[in-house]
Amino acid sequence: MKRVYVREEYCAGCGLCQVHCITAHSEYKGDIIKAYKKSFPRPLARVIVEEKRPLSFSLQCRHCEEAECVKACITGAMQKDPATGIVINDTARCIGCWTCVLVCPYGAVRRDETLHKVAVKCDMCAEAGGVPLCVENCPNGALEYREER
Amino acid sequence: MEYCIIGNSAAAIGAVEGIRGVDKKGTMTIISDEPYQAYSRPLISYYLAGKVAEDKMYYRPNEFYKNMGVELLCGSGAGKLAVREKTVILRDGTKKRYDRLLIATGGKPFVPPIKGLEKENVHTFHKWDDVKSLAEELSAGCKAVIIGAGLIGVKAAEALLCLGVEVSIIELADRVLSSVLDEQAAAIAQQVMEEHGVKFVFGDTVTEVLGEGRVEGVSLKSGNKMECDMLIVAIGVVPNTDIVKGTGINVNRGIVVNERMETSVDGIYAAGDVAEGKNLLWAEQRVIPILPNAYKQGETAGVNMAGGNNSFTKGFAMNSLGFFDFKMTSAGMQGGEGYEEIYTLKAEEKFYRKLVIKDNRLMGFIALKNIDRTGILTGLIKDQVEITKFKEALLKIEPGFAEWPKELRKERMLS
Repeated sequence: MKRVYVREEYCAGCGLCQVHCITAHSEYKGDIIKAYKKSFPRPLARVIVEEKRPLSFSLQCRHCEEAECVKACITGAMQKDPATGIVINDTARCIGCWTCVLVCPYGAVRRDETLHKVAVKCDMCAEAGGVPLCVENCPNGALEYREER
Repeated sequence: MEYCIIGNSAAAIGAVEGIRGVDKKGTMTIISDEPYQAYSRPLISYYLAGKVAEDKMYYRPNEFYKNMGVELLCGSGAGKLAVREKTVILRDGTKKRYDRLLIATGGKPFVPPIKGLEKENVHTFHKWDDVKSLAEELSAGCKAVIIGAGLIGVKAAEALLCLGVEVSIIELADRVLSSVLDEQAAAIAQQVMEEHGVKFVFGDTVTEVLGEGRVEGVSLKSGNKMECDMLIVAIGVVPNTDIVKGTGINVNRGIVVNERMETSVDGIYAAGDVAEGKNLLWAEQRVIPILPNAYKQGETAGVNMAGGNNSFTKGFAMNSLGFFDFKMTSAGMQGGEGYEEIYTLKAEEKFYRKLVIKDNRLMGFIALKNIDRTGILTGLIKDQVEITKFKEALLKIEPGFAEWPKELRKERMLS
């Protein structure tokens, strides 16, 4: 399956991947200003940016073949779509026990406790289809959406 | 091929998914002694507290059994195993023949012989029905005594506090959660629980349950007495190996299995809290009674039952535990002699992070309060990565990959 790969040499640490991720997961898709000004609570970015200047890179769920989070999920909310390979958390069933946080070797599952406790993670922008918005909006080509090489 | 699975929880579901990944046609039967589709055992405390509704208790969607081609025989349960005839005899007399059998009977609460324990209002905290019966007897302001400050006792206490029950925990050890937390972590966790109203008695145990018919109190070994309206026995869980008695299947503490989850009898597998298998950190075989382990063992068994070839040897203890909003994660070993331990302790902030290291490899960790990205630590244990060059960075509130050597970062981060 296609995944998002970071080329850390090209990452400027601008954080636009997070901005577009937040926007894509808000009720104001495609409108950054409204997403930031009107979305309450504002969604968490599903993509993580790490910095240790001059190094920076972003990282999101790897949608593992053998997904630890899926096997460890105590409710059955975390599932890998057999057709697309995308790992999705059903937030209606998630109770925020954070077992997925405990087992994800990439640290790519985030805690969202703004309304009720749910784990949030990259969904590959599956709803919108096409290239994930973090990739599409990276100004320096630091994110690639491709098959594994 | 006829597959039969005794038990209907995480290991059984893992097995169904493992079998169906290999064999789309064989018939599958699950035998359960509970009247439910597979539900999440760890959710029973949430159900009791009213945080999870009935319809959210199920581990898989309603149509799971139909879609997977599984016949679910629930209620009666397996009574006897006739190994030579390859047949399971249910308690209601029904016989079920199999070609491949998985024993996934899980654990059962350990209940020691205590005088007076047969009284009403004595509960265990293991199955859905346990909390359903408990719920009927509860009211705000009533007093509960819990024996055991382990994972089960602590989650039971949290649920009861949510319902306005006064909770006292009696623990034989000198601290809470001794199986998952060291002394420093346990002291913080205990403080959190006390701030929420839990009362503790350590180094003591119940010797007699008092009352006429119903529990009215308990006598302790120290000679003290405590009044209560209900008693919850949460001392621990032992492998539920009843079904294999007299069958010749090798049992130590749990049913002994190899890396393929095969028992000592051909065609019979075991997985989950009933199984004693190979593991990552301990030389000897162990029962590791946690849900992720159960699922993976079940899945491994399923693949092999269906003719595939899979092994599972990398299990180790790990837990994510919340007490109201206080978060704790831990995995692997607690340390001690022969281990290098590095930690950050900020007791007044209730922050604690400890790494347990041996031969430059991570063997365990404990994280209190801030648990974000601690899965990176779990992954380092699992893959036994050499961490010498960046181990101090792993103590950061939120561990990450930035401090790692570039090659290792790329290899581990982008696979």
